[in-house]
Amino acid sequence: MNIIEVKNLKKAYHDGKTETVALSGVTFSVRKGEFLAIMGPSGSGKSTLLHLLGLLDVPTSGHYSFNSKTVTSYTRDELASIRNKEIGFVFQSFNLLARTTVLENVKLPLVYSSVPEEEWDSRARKAVESVGLEHRIGHYQAELSGGERQRVAIARALVTDPEVIFADEPTGNLDSKSGKKVMSIIQRLNEKEGKTVVLITHETSTAEHAERIIHLMDGEIDSDIKVKNRLTSDDEYVK
Amino acid sequence: MNIKHTLKTSLTGLTTNRSRSALTILGIVIGITAIMLVISLGGGAQALILGQVQGLGTNTIAIIPGREPTGPSDVSALYSDSLKKKDIIALQNKANVPELKSIMPTVFGGGTAAYDVNAYQVSIFGATEYLAEIFDLHPDRGEFFTSDDVTSRNDVTVIGAKVVEHLFGNDNPIGQKIKIKGRNFKVVGTLPSTGGGSLFNFDSMTLMPYTTAQDYLLGIKYFNRVIIQTQNDSQVPSASADITRTLRESHNITDPAKDDFTVQTQQDLANRLGTITSALTWFLVAVASIALFVGGIGIMNIMLVSVTERTREIGLRKALGATDRDILSQFLLEAVLLTAIGGIIGIILGASLAYVIAIGLSKGLGVNWQFIFPWTGAILGLGVSALIGLIFGGYPAKQAAKKSPIEALRFE
Repeated sequence: MNIIEVKNLKKAYHDGKTETVALSGVTFSVRKGEFLAIMGPSGSGKSTLLHLLGLLDVPTSGHYSFNSKTVTSYTRDELASIRNKEIGFVFQSFNLLARTTVLENVKLPLVYSSVPEEEWDSRARKAVESVGLEHRIGHYQAELSGGERQRVAIARALVTDPEVIFADEPTGNLDSKSGKKVMSIIQRLNEKEGKTVVLITHETSTAEHAERIIHLMDGEIDSDIKVKNRLTSDDEYVK
Repeated sequence: MNIKHTLKTSLTGLTTNRSRSALTILGIVIGITAIMLVISLGGGAQALILGQVQGLGTNTIAIIPGREPTGPSDVSALYSDSLKKKDIIALQNKANVPELKSIMPTVFGGGTAAYDVNAYQVSIFGATEYLAEIFDLHPDRGEFFTSDDVTSRNDVTVIGAKVVEHLFGNDNPIGQKIKIKGRNFKVVGTLPSTGGGSLFNFDSMTLMPYTTAQDYLLGIKYFNRVIIQTQNDSQVPSASADITRTLRESHNITDPAKDDFTVQTQQDLANRLGTITSALTWFLVAVASIALFVGGIGIMNIMLVSVTERTREIGLRKALGATDRDILSQFLLEAVLLTAIGGIIGIILGASLAYVIAIGLSKGLGVNWQFIFPWTGAILGLGVSALIGLIFGGYPAKQAAKKSPIEALRFE
């Protein structure tokens, strides 16, 4: 079953008179439980594609079906609800709230959800545990390292138990050691918990955690290949 | 998102920038303080004036010679000698004004009073012995003049505290003769000081029988004012009508527009003074509201800055599932909280200041100035400040809600 199906998806930006085409019609699908990496040089349209897939932006034309819903015709509020329930985001720059504890940051998506308030705390704690940060639960963002911040962001993405996790260069701001840790968590989520993961990166080493890599070039799909020697997740990090 | 969490989010937003929030609400605090102060002091002034007017008794009716001027050039209406002895006799007739309890003709004038080498410019007030009762006057030394003094035109006088001070110093004036406009008067009583804040100040007056004043000092045959008291308050309207009818008859007037007298009840006077003080108060409130308006613009300014500054936060919240409405309520509530807090501080500050001023006025001027907590001002102030939050916070909140999640996230 395909959780993501896009047909001839286009995105163009209008800036006064000039029109910049970011995506000139891409067609592909992502299977439920699949781990897909999208690669490409800057300007290839990979970020634009991820924003469209993550329902953060709307396409200029084309068809997009997410989890069997034709989301191209959805209202802003309906999209917000899907982002909340079925999608988890991990950003390159973490995007945690300043002067807010780890636990409160992880709870943030629940505030906008229909999850009863009694469950918030236990859900958030479980998510924090799953990224191995239970000893940091009451700490503030400023007290955390980059890798820890990104793990908090992953916990936040998991807290509503979404179908798909979209990760936008999750290791881009991290050193290689922290990056590896973050990637092994993401891979474990895919393998152990069956989450669909769509990740964009420009690092081949990061992309090789995925099962499949789509290369973008000038807003079009250049190649769509299966990863042969896939990296394995490293469960050791929890210790 | 439920209201509890919107509130929590908004409070976090405000406390993150504590000093900025405090400066922002300053405009609202000043505006509401000013409004509270004006309304409270206006209320106090009104209560003071009305208290003095009503202190004369609401069963009191004054007849003033001349009619109310019809325009600025109608000066002749103001000065008139229309109230004469025959009018008093007509009014005293029970068949004409059955409600009448007492009637007191009065005359005023000015002149110099002298004793030994001392002289003092005084106001001459001629009346009957009822004067003591109507104005609640109690001589601190001696007695008030009597009805016999009035009928016999005796040269007796009761003098105010300032007159005593200037003519006699610390000596006892009772029984002494003073010269008023060259005629000798025996001082039969002195009055305690009534204070500067009083509407009716007897301190510089010499009080005497109106008969004596009319015939020997002022040389007039008419009265400056006639004061009538009815048995009780409820008789005032019918008594006024009876007085008007009686005087028209006595003056042969058939056309009410040509009345050469004005009948004024204490209630009329109180209402008129009340209207004036209210108008003045509300005028000042309007002036003070400008401060509030400026404060509102300050709120809008800061909220716009805040929205721009927190663009990324807005983007993140939207990415995590916040709807436009969630963001709108968050920022709107921040603005309303700011203005409401400012309003509450302003109410407390304004009321405290008004209280301190009330005490200061009471002690400083020796008047009975009542502190009045301006409930209307408080409710109005709180409502207006919340409204300002809604109006001036509305535009920035809408700007925040409109942001597309991805543009907000990309914002540097």
